[in-house]
Amino acid sequence: MAEAHPVGFQWVMEAKRRGAKIIHVDPRFTRTSAVADLHVPIRAGSDIAFLGALVNHVLSNDLDFREYVVAYTNAANVIDEDFRDTEDLDGLFSGFDPEAAQYDPVTWRYQPPENPTEDQQRREADLESDEVRTGGQYPGAGHKESHQAARSESHGSGGAPVSWKGRRDETLQDPHCVFQILKRHFARYTPEMVQEVCGIEPEQFREVADALTANSGRERTTAFCYAVGWTHHSVGAQMIRTASILQTLLGNIGRPGGGILALRGHASIQGSTDIPTLFNILPGYLPMPHAAQHQSLDEWVSADEGKAGFWGNVRSYSVSLLKSYWGEAATADNDFCFDYLPRITGDHSTYNTVKRMIDGTTKGYFLVGENPAVGSANGKMQRLGMANLDWLVVRDLQMIESATFWQDGPEIETGELVTEDIGTEIFFLPAASHVEKAGSFTQTQRMLQWRDKAVDPPGDARSELDFYFELGNRIREKLAGSTDEMDRPILDLAWDYPVDEKGEPDGQAVLREINGTGPDGRALSAYTELKADGSTACGCWIYCGVYAEETNQARRRKPHWEQDQVAAEWGWVWPANRRILYNRASAAPDGTPWSERKRYVWWDAEKGRWTGADVPDFIVDRAPDHVPEEGATGPDAIGGQDPFVMQTDGKAWLFAPLGLADGPMPTHYEPPESPVRNPLYGRQNNPSRRKLSDASNPINPSYSDVFPYVFTTYRLTEHHTAGAMSRTLPYLTELQPEPFCEVSPRLAAERGLEHLGWATIVTARTAIEARVLVTDRLRSLRLGDQVVEQVGLPYHWGRNGITQGDSPNDLVNVTMDPNVYIQDKVGTCDIRPGRRPRGPDLTAYVEDYRRRADVDMDDPTNGRTD
Amino acid sequence: MANSLWGPLDDVQGDAGYDHHPPRMGFFTDTSVCIGCKACEVACKEWNEVPDDGYELSGMSYDNTQALGASTWRHVAFVEKPVEPKPLTTTDLGLPGMGPPGAMEGGATDGDAGVRWLMSSDVCKHCTHAACLDVCPTGSLFRTEFGTVVVQPDICNGCGYCVPACPYGVIDLRKEDGRAFKCTLCYDRLKVDESPACATACPTESIQFGELSELRERADHRLAELHERGVDVARLYGRDPEDGVGGDGAFFLLLDEPEVYGLPPDPVVTTRDLGSIWKHVGAAAATMVGVGVASFLGRRR
Repeated sequence: MAEAHPVGFQWVMEAKRRGAKIIHVDPRFTRTSAVADLHVPIRAGSDIAFLGALVNHVLSNDLDFREYVVAYTNAANVIDEDFRDTEDLDGLFSGFDPEAAQYDPVTWRYQPPENPTEDQQRREADLESDEVRTGGQYPGAGHKESHQAARSESHGSGGAPVSWKGRRDETLQDPHCVFQILKRHFARYTPEMVQEVCGIEPEQFREVADALTANSGRERTTAFCYAVGWTHHSVGAQMIRTASILQTLLGNIGRPGGGILALRGHASIQGSTDIPTLFNILPGYLPMPHAAQHQSLDEWVSADEGKAGFWGNVRSYSVSLLKSYWGEAATADNDFCFDYLPRITGDHSTYNTVKRMIDGTTKGYFLVGENPAVGSANGKMQRLGMANLDWLVVRDLQMIESATFWQDGPEIETGELVTEDIGTEIFFLPAASHVEKAGSFTQTQRMLQWRDKAVDPPGDARSELDFYFELGNRIREKLAGSTDEMDRPILDLAWDYPVDEKGEPDGQAVLREINGTGPDGRALSAYTELKADGSTACGCWIYCGVYAEETNQARRRKPHWEQDQVAAEWGWVWPANRRILYNRASAAPDGTPWSERKRYVWWDAEKGRWTGADVPDFIVDRAPDHVPEEGATGPDAIGGQDPFVMQTDGKAWLFAPLGLADGPMPTHYEPPESPVRNPLYGRQNNPSRRKLSDASNPINPSYSDVFPYVFTTYRLTEHHTAGAMSRTLPYLTELQPEPFCEVSPRLAAERGLEHLGWATIVTARTAIEARVLVTDRLRSLRLGDQVVEQVGLPYHWGRNGITQGDSPNDLVNVTMDPNVYIQDKVGTCDIRPGRRPRGPDLTAYVEDYRRRADVDMDDPTNGRTD
Repeated sequence: MANSLWGPLDDVQGDAGYDHHPPRMGFFTDTSVCIGCKACEVACKEWNEVPDDGYELSGMSYDNTQALGASTWRHVAFVEKPVEPKPLTTTDLGLPGMGPPGAMEGGATDGDAGVRWLMSSDVCKHCTHAACLDVCPTGSLFRTEFGTVVVQPDICNGCGYCVPACPYGVIDLRKEDGRAFKCTLCYDRLKVDESPACATACPTESIQFGELSELRERADHRLAELHERGVDVARLYGRDPEDGVGGDGAFFLLLDEPEVYGLPPDPVVTTRDLGSIWKHVGAAAATMVGVGVASFLGRRR
């Protein structure tokens, strides 16, 4: 965190100053480890085994926060008797379809309540028929895949819609209850297994386990922070799930000092998920409609509408979004222009799009502040894709490699691409930097902070807002007068923003549109005011309130020393300026604080209201003993002891009965390329991982002598991601002037690598060269009889900028997590002293490695593990 | 005036001739919370328009600017040290190696206790007794009303006397320019009541700026706190007005011996003996004159 988020890390140092214990788990010893109380070196990609063992430690020693667990989680829920665990099926859960490499989650569901209502029965029947219908109607067309892709992330705000709260056994003794299933599932995740999988010694594991459990419970809370060390894996979503299970068992969710904090890769990555740049969701995590499933507004909202919790009001959010897009044109008679929305037909995620570029079906591409030729996994694949486009628009601060690959990219050097043969027309448009335009950032706490413009952008550089507004204007001019129905979605857009004297649209007007307006045209104050009848418009329902009282609430800058510790008047946090989500859980079931020390939000019985330091994340007058009426829907169905108000059942899920593509509980699988055999199961890899078969993406066979080492790529404090904003600046470049690899003294001795000498690092994709830093900060890890060496590669460099070098991400293969379609950044490699071969010799050199490792180029993603 | 060249000096500005002046300002750099982000180095260069210092991978851990110099006025040292699994029998100064760690014998997996990584942002010490200033023949180096020591580039003639005079090796000549440069403690910012750029940029308050007397109290408090927590290795460096430079205007909390960070263990102002030197010079000159006069007298004879 100090390494990649030094500014945010000031608060960790502040906590340390006040006596907090900092534990850092990372393959390398970083600037974070340097100031942590404990550094735990771990083999890259083995986190589920480590976290799973902590879960096991908590469960087998009765160290969970039992009152919290019984009342607020689904530990007591009884699961379908047909459910089978990975313990029963050697690494698979029940419902796996080996042909499609997908799960049917039907056996993971809650057992029904004693007397299900008609509505509950209807939902369950719909769910089952939906699976059958979609599976059958588009065989082989990836419909189910897109269904899962579109759904799993859309639950970011809502949780998958289960049909009922289900039968519960609050003694936690039923063998089919979640608590017992969890216990059995993680029983083999022992400290000894951690040593064998992660390379962490049992004494060190116990030190972590003791610190964690001693600092959790009624009086104390523990927080977890993670970044792409967890997300960039073929089991990334499940790594975070394991942390969620652990934190929930310990009662560390919804309480001050607790939680799981996702540290983002840039400013406003959270914002670009809330108002997404993702293919499968719309603002506020509304699912993108699917061409086959969603023929009408009713069909689109039906899966979620009316279910318990605030997600049940999905129709209001959806209609208000359509009103904000199409204004006057959106009416009840035309389904509020629902038919104008684009549809998805399958997986349109970034890596699949690149594959389609290579295949020639995707013709045009916008790159906005992104440099995939350096920053994305398998840079060769990215460049081959871009070289096969009709046109490419690059908007950036600097002339990046993704705009110049056609003249000096690595493939030009090897002859794999020839400049004259590349037909892609590339438009480079200079962009304004963040200080040259006004706007908001949304950070990991969901906090929007407004930024004023400091200086005008130089030359022709323009803001994104200016660019897209102008692009829209020009397209609309070209289409003006068209009678083609296809052009109506563009022509009917509400596309009218005030501009300043320089033609720059007013960002605050956009924020106000996102906030939403009511029938009187005034800014709304809360998403509970949104209506499904078309009388309200709102660009992103979870942001409703950011412009309450016609004021830019994100621009509030009252210093923390002028307010209490919650600091509610600094910026604005979605939803409803609530700083800690699910904060009803900071009080006991009866509404009193768990402890005086950790009091945060509680029930004031005299006034009949929830109160406290923060905005209560609960219906403010819902008494702790409230039991919803039979058949209640939406917010009315939330019970007084259901703090997880976005979930259908109001409970935190230790076991996910729906919504995850790769199983209801996390399971340790090896990365797609690994020198180690999975000691836990016969299944080596995540069985539902997404492969991307292309000649540019061959996978190293696992446990191959040809590729005996683990490598992973990462960031340095001194540079920013793909480097366009840092290796173009002298003051940053001089601090880390060249690409290098970090190796342990043992590996250096084994391969004859010299400190500051050159090394060549090879995978089946390509080989790169880098200078060598031999350091004790990279440790050899002993796993049973095997010693695993890890090569660390900062990934910031490319062929442009003040200093140049090979791009380490060219080594990374594309194998994806099936929930979120993110690559695994861990792979295997060889490392040799000396510089890499030049020109066509490089291709021959890599081909020789592939031949020796027996990589099957007719089936390049076959890692010989399934 | 007493102790102008040596020993404790309460009013350094007064000694330099200021009748009315603001309190003495300085830095307290607490290296125990430094995270090595180098924001101080960058902020310093941005504000003071200091040029880059070359693009060289040094191999000295993550330290590629390598040392304070004419074009590096804040410098973050990175010291990698293996943690010894058991106490050594011989005296260990804890000196870091300059090169790579030695080849493994038993393998990093076998009983090693890991590694320590110390980081420290170094800067000009703005000494109570500043030899650089004392030896400057042009008056380019001067004592400001804040008690800091600043070079005026428009007066510096590049003679370089200040370079060997500094007991810390801070000030240096810029090759392509010829003149001497070093930290000004952001004199221009202090003039308008702003904090120096490095302290403003530091995310963890490792670099603290303020009145020197107050910083010394803060440092004493922090040291006591660390000792109470069992961090016995913590110590202050440059805090003591009784030391060889009369105490530093920029002082440090370190977690190891000063040598480990590349700092001299017992710096002494190189002009400490200036007074007695001049006495000797005077005596020598008198002798010369005497001899000269004698020769004339002799001739007369």
